[in-house]
Amino acid sequence: MNARSGTWLLMLPGLLWLGLLMVVPCLLIFVLIFFERGIYGGIDWSAPTFENVTRVFDPLYLTIFLDSAIIAGTATLIALLIGYPAAYAIARAPASRQTAMLFLAILPFWTNYLIRTYAWIVLLNPAGLINNLVIGLGLRSEPMTLLYTKPAVVLGLVYSYTPFVILAIYSALQRLDPSYAEASRDLGAGAFQTFLRITLPLTAPGVAAGAVFVFVLSVGNFVTPDLLGGGKFQMVGNLIYDQFLSARDWPFGAALSALLIGLMMLLLFAQAIASLRARGDHARA
Amino acid sequence: MKFRTLLAAAAGAVMLVSGTTMALAEKLVISNWDGYMPKDMAEKFKAATGIDLEIAVHATNEEIMGKVTASGGEGYDVLFVSSPFAEALNNLGLLAPIDHSKIPNLANLYPEANELKHDPGNTFSVPYTWGTTGLCYRSDMVKTAPTSWNDLLSPTDDLKGKITMLSTDRWLMAAGFLADSLSVNTTDQADLDKVRDQLIAAKRNLLAYDDTTFYSKLVSGEALMVQAWDGWCNYGITDKPDIKYVIPKEGSDLWVDTMVVTKASKNPEAAAKFIDFVMNAENGKWVVENIMYKSPNKAGMEAVDKSLFEKYPNMSITPAELLKYEQLRDLGNGMKAFSKTVSEVMAAK
Repeated sequence: MNARSGTWLLMLPGLLWLGLLMVVPCLLIFVLIFFERGIYGGIDWSAPTFENVTRVFDPLYLTIFLDSAIIAGTATLIALLIGYPAAYAIARAPASRQTAMLFLAILPFWTNYLIRTYAWIVLLNPAGLINNLVIGLGLRSEPMTLLYTKPAVVLGLVYSYTPFVILAIYSALQRLDPSYAEASRDLGAGAFQTFLRITLPLTAPGVAAGAVFVFVLSVGNFVTPDLLGGGKFQMVGNLIYDQFLSARDWPFGAALSALLIGLMMLLLFAQAIASLRARGDHARA
Repeated sequence: MKFRTLLAAAAGAVMLVSGTTMALAEKLVISNWDGYMPKDMAEKFKAATGIDLEIAVHATNEEIMGKVTASGGEGYDVLFVSSPFAEALNNLGLLAPIDHSKIPNLANLYPEANELKHDPGNTFSVPYTWGTTGLCYRSDMVKTAPTSWNDLLSPTDDLKGKITMLSTDRWLMAAGFLADSLSVNTTDQADLDKVRDQLIAAKRNLLAYDDTTFYSKLVSGEALMVQAWDGWCNYGITDKPDIKYVIPKEGSDLWVDTMVVTKASKNPEAAAKFIDFVMNAENGKWVVENIMYKSPNKAGMEAVDKSLFEKYPNMSITPAELLKYEQLRDLGNGMKAFSKTVSEVMAAK
């Protein structure tokens, strides 16, 4: 057995798992796209149709895709703005303290996602901790409307996914050869210039990985918009959830899912290509 | 060799006997909402009839509908479903007829409970609870007490941002249908479009859509007026007596939760015994006292302490008054257009 077939053999369990438990079920769902919902919620197998495909491109639903992308994009941007400095601070800290700092960054994940989101309800509601503090300090007389707003949804998403950004950027910073920064400073560039023109571009793959992580997770999220948005700001995840579980219109839900998966795959593909190219440049430099 | 044969024969005999015994201890599988039955129902039922009860739980009607339509009802004997879904299951041929001769406690029902539009004579379903949907509000904090569904859909300035609506499709749309004096079962496209536009406008004044914690929002004062099922409003009244429930002048819908027996059930006799057991006065009383819903079980309702009806006025509505309201029915072919309209309301900004 040569190295090549050995590699394939090792990959086989993973490939089988992904294939049978993810690819095949997805394909089965996608077949439903071309049929209609039966009267009582099942599938009407008698008449194939393209109606669901055309319905997906209705502006009403495309607007939801767009709004979800905007909310997810905003969350991604804020997560990056918070995550990069945090990752930088951790990477620059003495090695003995780095583990502890990383541990603190990941600690929230030890609590269930739902509970962490509910915690924000306790913090943000009109009789909640933040409003009580603000009113108690005399800064306001009326409570602020923080909960059940779009910013609340973005906040929930940022809070939940920033640790991913921190980890991704931290690992990129770790891989960075410090001699580049040294050379830059030797040649007369200031700290900020060094960061902007050397460190940032070289850690771009890490930034891209973290950004895509947050974006993809945020776009499909249906828990946060439901709990923190009061069900008023439907995102793509909620739309798909409603089709499968309330309207029991599996074919339309399948069509929406297929569109979402397609768009996400394009995004991941673009990120992979950009990452490869960046690594290629790095290797040549 | 001889000893081993003896041992094998003895083991076989034991297994045969225990196998037959196990076959004699009947088992019944039911599916219900969590907390919708007394917690000790299984023990009490076993003590009364010797039948083992396996209780499955479903969170929504749609969940159990999905499971039952996919499996043809296999694996379940008795289901607790709301009446439109009981109708749908019956139309799909998945339900067994209710054998009234095997369920003497059906006599405990109010006469009106035998005239429900979805199943006159209770041929395939037996009502378990019933009630109305209306407005639940803080009488001490609202400027004027609400009287119309339009008070919810076009609120006054002091209420804006302090109201919630139900997001479950039938009740979401019912608020609009009732406000416009339309049938809660209409699937006419013009009606759907009109209500859709009203609900999209109403959405802008909502605090949130809430199906489960609207009464706590009233208790905390976050919300001043909510769309609520009568029983759920009572949970709020328990914590804050200033909360009041009103059925708007345009009316309410009559919702009914029922028990049905699947055609695929292997133990129709046991299923009948279970329904009979649930319909006794004690269990009817439990429903009223614990879930604070009204029960169509006359014997149960009459066994309840009258002071409860004073504390929770919406419980004292008579069955005759209840039947004035239009019952939610299965929409059949109209469900697609209806679901599409609901999606449009939920998706709108």
